[in-house]
Amino acid sequence: MEQWIAGLQEQFPILTPATLMQYWEGMVTTVQLVFLSLIIGLVLAVPLAILRTARNPLVCTPVWAYTYVFRGTPLLIQLYIIYYGVAQIPGIQETFWWTVFREPFYPALLAFTLNTAAYTTEIIRGAIVATPAGEIEAAKAYGMDWWLRMRRIVLPSAARRAIQAYSNEVIFMLHASAIASVVTLVDLTGAARNAYSNYYAPFQAFIFVALLYMMLTFILVFAFRKLENHLLKHQKSATG
Amino acid sequence: MLDLKGYGPSLLEGAFVTIELALLSLLLALTLGLLGASAKLSGNPVLRGLAATYTTLVRGVPDLVMMLLFYYGGQVTVNMLSDYLYYQYGIDFFFQFDPFISGVTTIGLIFGAYMTETFRGAFLAVETGQIEAARAYGFTRWHTFRRVMVPQMLRHALPGIGNNWQVLLKTTALVSIIGLTDMVRVAEQAAKAERMPFHFFIPVAAVYLTLTACSELLIHWLNKRANVGVTRES
Repeated sequence: MEQWIAGLQEQFPILTPATLMQYWEGMVTTVQLVFLSLIIGLVLAVPLAILRTARNPLVCTPVWAYTYVFRGTPLLIQLYIIYYGVAQIPGIQETFWWTVFREPFYPALLAFTLNTAAYTTEIIRGAIVATPAGEIEAAKAYGMDWWLRMRRIVLPSAARRAIQAYSNEVIFMLHASAIASVVTLVDLTGAARNAYSNYYAPFQAFIFVALLYMMLTFILVFAFRKLENHLLKHQKSATG
Repeated sequence: MLDLKGYGPSLLEGAFVTIELALLSLLLALTLGLLGASAKLSGNPVLRGLAATYTTLVRGVPDLVMMLLFYYGGQVTVNMLSDYLYYQYGIDFFFQFDPFISGVTTIGLIFGAYMTETFRGAFLAVETGQIEAARAYGFTRWHTFRRVMVPQMLRHALPGIGNNWQVLLKTTALVSIIGLTDMVRVAEQAAKAERMPFHFFIPVAAVYLTLTACSELLIHWLNKRANVGVTRES
């Protein structure tokens, strides 16, 4: 066993305990960042999607503009604007917010949250718009008010239609989170870049991190497949 | 009027780099997509396996990681090759690995995988009767592909190509990280030097927004043209 480890280390000099520890910490940062931004983004996206389907142009136009801008520009630019921009807000350096936004984690979290919320809003909007008219008519016939109809009929049925597109968005977000490393955050990619510059071993440093990302991706794909099977159980044929 | 502090010309140059990069990557992606889709639909298990590995690998790894791998890895490979040539044959050969080339290669490879899926679906949407008819007329395989399959599948592939193009355009921003002076990098340097992030990043964001909006119009028009012979059911 020891011989095997020694042999492995000779073959892959970057696999020292120190770098492995850095990769691990990077993975924790990446997972935290992606998980938090997805959760907050989803919480924001549901009401925004409902507003986006409103008939009143004063309500739906601002939401449309928000999703249009955030989906039409690169995430990297959004991250730069927030990361460099926050420090330029007059007076912020004296307030409590400065202690939060001085760390690169929070500007990155804000940028990712706003970005994923924009994409998720459009996904959910599409699913809400596609609700069969009969379902809504039936709910109305039962005397459900708007709120109850939303909660019991429209949103659950939209969730089933949105799940597939949303799982793509989640994986997209995991991959997009790699750019957090450009604002000095040591996420998975940041750890790989450090390992690369310490050992000048690009293949080992980046292929190793690619494998870690791939593992995370497959875990997500698997989890979403389970969830999809659960949510769409009623659509399966009885024999299959 | 917007005062760009003398960075205007280099920002404009950067914008052209972005567009050039995006178009070249699109070309590579479309080629790889066609090859990948043909491989996936072919009867050859080796080709099918290769194509499946390609698309799975690309979809599992972030674009930035792949770009870093190609850029730094490419440089190391060039260095090793030049050392080898020098010691073995005394040939003095060296070139700096170019971020533009690595950018085009990576983005092309990544979107080639997405295009593979788009084209695969589109090829499957072509009626088999059409292909059988072409065969019955004595068309060769290549002829069937070029004259029957491609023109008919394009209609189905266009929406997917459009979506991929929009994402591709935004992915080009990543090449600024590996040192290509595209518009994002110029803006970043200017923003740092002048300490005016909003002043430089918002115009760049506006350029991207204009590009995506124009592409949307173009894709809409292309879609309409491609579907001219199809009556909409409903």
